Amino acid sequence: MKITKETIQHVANLARLNLTEQEKEKLTYEMENIISYVDKLNELDTSGIEPTAHVLPVKNVFREDKTKKSFDREKILANAPSQEDGCFKVPKIVE
Amino acid sequence: MEYEIVIGLEVHSELSTKSKIYCTCTTEFGGEVNTHCCPICTGMPGVLPVLNEKVVEYAVKAGLATNCTIAEYSKQDRKNYFYPDLPKAYQTSQYDLPICKNGYIDIEVNGETKRIGLTRIHIEEDAGKLMHDEWDTGSLVDYNRCGVPLIEIVSEPDIRSAEEAKVFLENLKAILQYIDVSDCKMQEGSLRADVNLSVRPKGQKEFGTRTEMKNLNSFRGIIRAIEAETKRQIDEIESGGVIVQETRRWDDNKGISYAMRSKEEAHDYRYFPEPDLVPIVLDKEWIEKIRESLPELPEARKKRYVSEYGLPEYDAGILTSSKALSDFFEDAVSKSSNAKAVSNWIMGDLMRLLKEKNMEAEEIPFSGEYLAKMVALIDKGTISGAIAKKVFDKMFNTGKDPEVIVKEEGLEVVSDEGALVAVVTKILENNPQSVADYKSGKEKAFGFLVGQAMKETKGKASPQIINKILKEELDKM
Amino acid sequence: MELHELTAHELGELLKNKKVSAVELTKTVLDRIEKVDSKVGSYITVCEDEALKRAKDVQEKIDKGETKSPLAGIPMALKDNMCTEGIKTTCASKMLNNFVPPYNATVAKKLYDQDTILLGKLNMDEFAMGGSNENSYFKQTKNPWDLERVPGGSSGGSAAAVASNEAIFTLGSDTGGSIRQPASFCGVVGIKPTYGAVSRFGLVAFASSLDQIGPLTKDVTDCALVLNAITGHDPMDSTSINIEYPDYTKALVNDVKGMKIGIPKEYIGEGINPEVKKSILDAIEVLRKLGAECEEFSLPITEYAIPAYYLIACAEASSNLARYDGVKYGYRAEKYTDLLDLYKQTRSEGFGDEVKRRIMLGTYALSSGYYDAYYKKALQVRTLISKGFNEAFSKYDLIVGPTAPTTAFKIGEKANDPLEMYLGDIYTVSVNIAGLPGLVVPCGLDSSNLPVGLQLIGKHFDESTLLRVGYTFEQNTEFHKNKAKI
Repeated sequence: MKITKETIQHVANLARLNLTEQEKEKLTYEMENIISYVDKLNELDTSGIEPTAHVLPVKNVFREDKTKKSFDREKILANAPSQEDGCFKVPKIVE
Repeated sequence: MEYEIVIGLEVHSELSTKSKIYCTCTTEFGGEVNTHCCPICTGMPGVLPVLNEKVVEYAVKAGLATNCTIAEYSKQDRKNYFYPDLPKAYQTSQYDLPICKNGYIDIEVNGETKRIGLTRIHIEEDAGKLMHDEWDTGSLVDYNRCGVPLIEIVSEPDIRSAEEAKVFLENLKAILQYIDVSDCKMQEGSLRADVNLSVRPKGQKEFGTRTEMKNLNSFRGIIRAIEAETKRQIDEIESGGVIVQETRRWDDNKGISYAMRSKEEAHDYRYFPEPDLVPIVLDKEWIEKIRESLPELPEARKKRYVSEYGLPEYDAGILTSSKALSDFFEDAVSKSSNAKAVSNWIMGDLMRLLKEKNMEAEEIPFSGEYLAKMVALIDKGTISGAIAKKVFDKMFNTGKDPEVIVKEEGLEVVSDEGALVAVVTKILENNPQSVADYKSGKEKAFGFLVGQAMKETKGKASPQIINKILKEELDKM
Repeated sequence: MELHELTAHELGELLKNKKVSAVELTKTVLDRIEKVDSKVGSYITVCEDEALKRAKDVQEKIDKGETKSPLAGIPMALKDNMCTEGIKTTCASKMLNNFVPPYNATVAKKLYDQDTILLGKLNMDEFAMGGSNENSYFKQTKNPWDLERVPGGSSGGSAAAVASNEAIFTLGSDTGGSIRQPASFCGVVGIKPTYGAVSRFGLVAFASSLDQIGPLTKDVTDCALVLNAITGHDPMDSTSINIEYPDYTKALVNDVKGMKIGIPKEYIGEGINPEVKKSILDAIEVLRKLGAECEEFSLPITEYAIPAYYLIACAEASSNLARYDGVKYGYRAEKYTDLLDLYKQTRSEGFGDEVKRRIMLGTYALSSGYYDAYYKKALQVRTLISKGFNEAFSKYDLIVGPTAPTTAFKIGEKANDPLEMYLGDIYTVSVNIAGLPGLVVPCGLDSSNLPVGLQLIGKHFDESTLLRVGYTFEQNTEFHKNKAKI
């Protein structure tokens, strides 16, 4: 798979990363390398093979519907870079 | 040109579990901002989710009540997108293997029954809430609602009008309330709908380009949004434009929708199986047990009201449209021998008062038992129909027992013949002309005299006894 | 011998018999950190005051006979991706430079319950991505055997701390070899337990379906003791397996007679350094002489393990690391124009190059149109890899081979070629993909006097067999007595 600079820009956007021109070029080259290596997997015929998301056959792990005391708000907000009126604060959102 | 509207709905309903979907914080509505939170529901580094078993049960109930096939194997997936109300930057949801599939709800519009297909019902977590701060310098995030369990119910594009959409949602809401999985309080956001809408020239087979409208949380808003979007799309087409597939936000205050910028950019949610949660595998027996435990649903109740109590279809439909109203009726009927009268009081005076006071059926201030008592008072002849209306109003305003009201206000029918003879004598004395008219064969005059006597007793006299005494007294003359 | 040079089980005896106090021991190890950590750089955070206070409390418990834990009073340290309440947990990233968790990881809680003493938090590759500790935002941990070389990674600080006696034991995490490769490079014992044997709750996620916490220790006996303390079902982790966990010290039996051992041809073929190969073959010869039946077999899927691993790990990482957005905790860019810019600036400034590279790769692999070709394909290959191991385990009790193709390399040697760095994980990643346990024990030194680690791979939840073989090997060789001279 050919990796273009446009692809890198698109992916960076999805991942919320800003890349300088230099980084873009470097990443295009590196990703191209890695992806062409990863494309090795196409040598394997996997038709009809079930994908394994969980390596052990675990199912139905549930919790009882019981409440416990929540955390103090100070603890929840303690690491916030910006807060106001008991809330996390972000730049104004325009929808 | 005539156009046809094609609508599909995505309904989000918050489940009425005690705790959140993946942690033990309460789901209670309200509370100080960010006080129903823990490291798990605020997505702190290192935390892991554990699924609340009630969420599975409630979703299965909802699926069974809407004729869905319940998946014996389903899993949860991550839906990745960045937004401040989503602390993990992914919503744990279900993608290709939802817990319920292929259901339907029958709706009745203009006397015709129509089947609206349900594509799927899946479980997911709610997001937090964004608010603007006082100084308008930024937005504030509250995670209290974050992690409250939701089911998303996705309909097929089977809906063809705002009215059909409304009835569909009313039926769905009633079902979810009947099975007690959601309180469906739209004002608290526990029932919300996204509307996918397109128009096409009547007769055309292909769907037009659809838009998705978000943020609809009242029936009125949904109808208005559908009407406005239909008009917008037709106007656009008529003026030679094209419909762009986009997400639009409905502003109920302004009555218009506009394209959303923030969530627009490339709908690439990069779904993949949630590695922190394991598959949900349900066995048939368990599903059947849940099926058996389902209460009577609105449709069945409606049919029963018609067959068992002989109520008109229309009345039965209204009574069963809300669980609270239907439960009130059930309560009253279980203590009354006159189901028809009970129904009539609900359909008439009760509905009028609720509407006047802008109240919901959940807020009826007296019990069904009181209504049953009141009906019995009428049937036994203790109070007259006219007095009953007064008693009902009083009962509604005070929540008092009707027997107490009647006693306190002295509203019983006067059936003491001696006292009534005196009243009648007085009436006859005061109305010689009517007496003469009666004697000359004018039957109408008799009615007038009865009315006068009732007026004199302020409606408390038994009309039968008045009739009898009046006849006797007139005969004597 | 100095106190800090002893193993946990030796120190446990001394503490129990009141030959030494927890405070004295803790002070000794803190002094050792003071003395050598400026050279080695194992620690990001040393919590001296808390450690001494805790040592005092634990000693009281020992004196009153209130603790039965064999690890009571033992000073240890945790990789800095395990949450510790009130103690900074950075993942060696600028992004979490100032993050103080309000809760404890399950492993931290379990070790506190065992009355161990937390000395501090250990350096690592940023968010556990890397094999050299060159990706730490804070510093380069050095290999105690040769300070110009890497300690391995990502649990480089965890391995270096044990090798330089800056902790009696440590915990690391292993997503694709991150415990085993540094254990091999630093000449210590390390085990990646079966996926689901140790709770991941509170472990800052890299790749959720591969991550597993495990101990790094001075010998196999300590490894068994620490495993006893940290394994077990945790209701807070849905992927934690609810079974009876054995007493791992019962597996410390000096006997491998009749044990069937398979050696994958692909692990000792092309690409392995000849000196490493020789050490491994010699080690296998030792086991054979002790009565084990060793034979080579083919594990043909090996060459596909690395691409499958990087796809799965990066895809999961791209999602797991999306939460670092400058809103709730951690770093926030100073300058930004709006919300989108806040996200982008924060993430671009907060993450290092390797993390960004993997986020990019993972985002790409999951993005629309590529899911089936990459992520799904990788999960299918995962099925094939598991199948390959299952077939092998129908014939063998365990699999033995090298841990890494080389010994510790020079700092900077591979830093410019990410792909070459990835290829170094060839012998370790399959074990994570299949969720198997893998134990590494020292088995020799190369001509540069750098340690080589022998990797033992077992069936799911069969850590006991690995410990038994590792223990037997240790009892019959002197390799574990080789120590870094620092």
